[in-house]
Amino acid sequence: MAAKKAKRAAAKKPAAPAVRKPNGAGQDLQREVEQLLFRQAEALDEKRWQEFIELFTADGMYWMPPAPHYTTWDGMPAIFAEDRDLMTVRMKRVTHPHAWSQAPEWGTNHVVSNVVVESVDPRSGDVHVRSRFHMVELRRDELRHFAGSYRHHLKRTKDGFRIKLQRVDMMNSQAPYEYVLQAWV
Amino acid sequence: MLHERIPNLKALVEPDRVHRLCYTDPDIFELELANIFEKCWIYAGHESQVKKPGDFWTFQIGRQPMAMIRGHGGKLHVLYNRCPHRGTQIFGARYGNAGDALTCSYHSWRYHYDGTIESVPLARGYEGTTFASYDCNMQRAPRVESYRGFVFASLAESGLSLVEWLGPAKVAFDDICDRSPEGEVEVVMNCYRVIQRSNWKFFMENQLDAVHPSVTHESTGRAAADVEFQIQRRTGEKPLHYHMLSAFVIPFEKWDSLETFGYPYGHTILGGYMGLRPQDPDTLEYERILAKAYGEQRKDEYLSRNIHHTLVYPCLSVQSPLQQLRAIRPIAPDRTLSEIWHFRLKGVPEPIYRRSLWYYNLVNSPATLVNADDLENWQKGQWGLASRGGDWVSFHRDYGRDRIEGGVMKSSSGCSEMPMRAQFRAWLEYMTGGS
Repeated sequence: MAAKKAKRAAAKKPAAPAVRKPNGAGQDLQREVEQLLFRQAEALDEKRWQEFIELFTADGMYWMPPAPHYTTWDGMPAIFAEDRDLMTVRMKRVTHPHAWSQAPEWGTNHVVSNVVVESVDPRSGDVHVRSRFHMVELRRDELRHFAGSYRHHLKRTKDGFRIKLQRVDMMNSQAPYEYVLQAWV
Repeated sequence: MLHERIPNLKALVEPDRVHRLCYTDPDIFELELANIFEKCWIYAGHESQVKKPGDFWTFQIGRQPMAMIRGHGGKLHVLYNRCPHRGTQIFGARYGNAGDALTCSYHSWRYHYDGTIESVPLARGYEGTTFASYDCNMQRAPRVESYRGFVFASLAESGLSLVEWLGPAKVAFDDICDRSPEGEVEVVMNCYRVIQRSNWKFFMENQLDAVHPSVTHESTGRAAADVEFQIQRRTGEKPLHYHMLSAFVIPFEKWDSLETFGYPYGHTILGGYMGLRPQDPDTLEYERILAKAYGEQRKDEYLSRNIHHTLVYPCLSVQSPLQQLRAIRPIAPDRTLSEIWHFRLKGVPEPIYRRSLWYYNLVNSPATLVNADDLENWQKGQWGLASRGGDWVSFHRDYGRDRIEGGVMKSSSGCSEMPMRAQFRAWLEYMTGGS
């Protein structure tokens, strides 16, 4: 009986991630992934928009669902659901001399942390990563705080990792926005 | 009493200019809530938001926290969100299902879905008191009516019916629903909410202001036109949602050719300009479905209604061709909540829904590529009007050239400031008790 019970308990345990490498190799991957996330946050904070866009694969998507229970952006309301073309519209808009909402002082400061490599596909090398962010935005004389989580689906390319899909869940996704979001979070 | 603190309102609203106090004065704002919002028909929500008995959705009418709830037997009720016992709000969540009864979290007084009292615990303490004559029922909005699934409530005991009050502006809801072969829409269960740091009237005026798009939205219009061109070169096609953005920078002459209408009670309409009737296979298939449901003639009639915005004064902006609606809830003279909804046409192919979804996401989401600049303008407008740098707001453009027929104002040009004049005509009537 006890053996049966143990077997049942084992069956209930969530499946182990596809590959959990021993610490040595894991640290390299962990570091590589973190560097990409940190670089992306820096691109936003330093308004290097083109560099931000180029961190995505040619078919990459930046997605911010309006609530945590959403499972796809396709055909759904989305605060952001932007491919590289729409990201380019946003970049050209915020850098246009008549982007009136950009006249006041405006900028962000991101901290990205709690980076967990969730899975590695042994064949394609695709990596799924989750992390948390805290972002402070200055607009005119006021600070706004945003926090939430990222999920990155990364593709390995000859230039290193590129983002196939970034999902951004805001803590306040369902709360009223005081003003709006002008750039990616 | 409020009236006595407010200078002569009639002196603040001239036919072609309006005093800045109308946007900034706290007493005038309170009077607006009392005389306009708490007397007019105010949008509660769509019937499909509350499908099952006990489903509720909370919202605000003026200063009053309300809830729309589906009763047993399907009837809709709009209740004040207040327990008759000690005042605690009954609905703690913004929306949801009330369970087997509305139950107060403080002392467990329980109510039926229509607000009538079901039970009070510890009934024995009331002998010998006047409790028997105390009204233990939750207060209801005196009037609730719906038109084609869109529910409105009024806190006034009597007055015009919803349809009488809407008048020609009811076309907003006809134009949404008639685009479905079933004549109905269903809400998309997501409400974007954005705070505007400006008086509610900035929003209402902006919706029919045909001069502002190519100025305010130049950056987005140009950026979208650039990328639209690149995509066309790359793929040979221009996605319609880029056109929704690039159309903001059409020349003034084109804006000027649009029609605007000002109806009684402040409702106003701006004609369409985006040409949302393309001839791609999806649209043609959709038109076939509509023709089958309604016949060729009515289909053409339904699809050629040329409307961009209908404003249902004082709280709704309806974009019927895109099945979108924005309701505003004033919070303070310089603070307004907007609630932004999208609707799905019943019985219509998925690509038609997805087309309007682009507009919901790109223009109306909290990461809007468009309204970022509107909200910035209105905030700066609010600050400007709070200053002593001038007392008046000008609505002179094309004044004297409006055609007025049977109480309906028609502008001589799309860029006319007639819609603002029409809104203030209604505003003054409401505020001074004229209607």
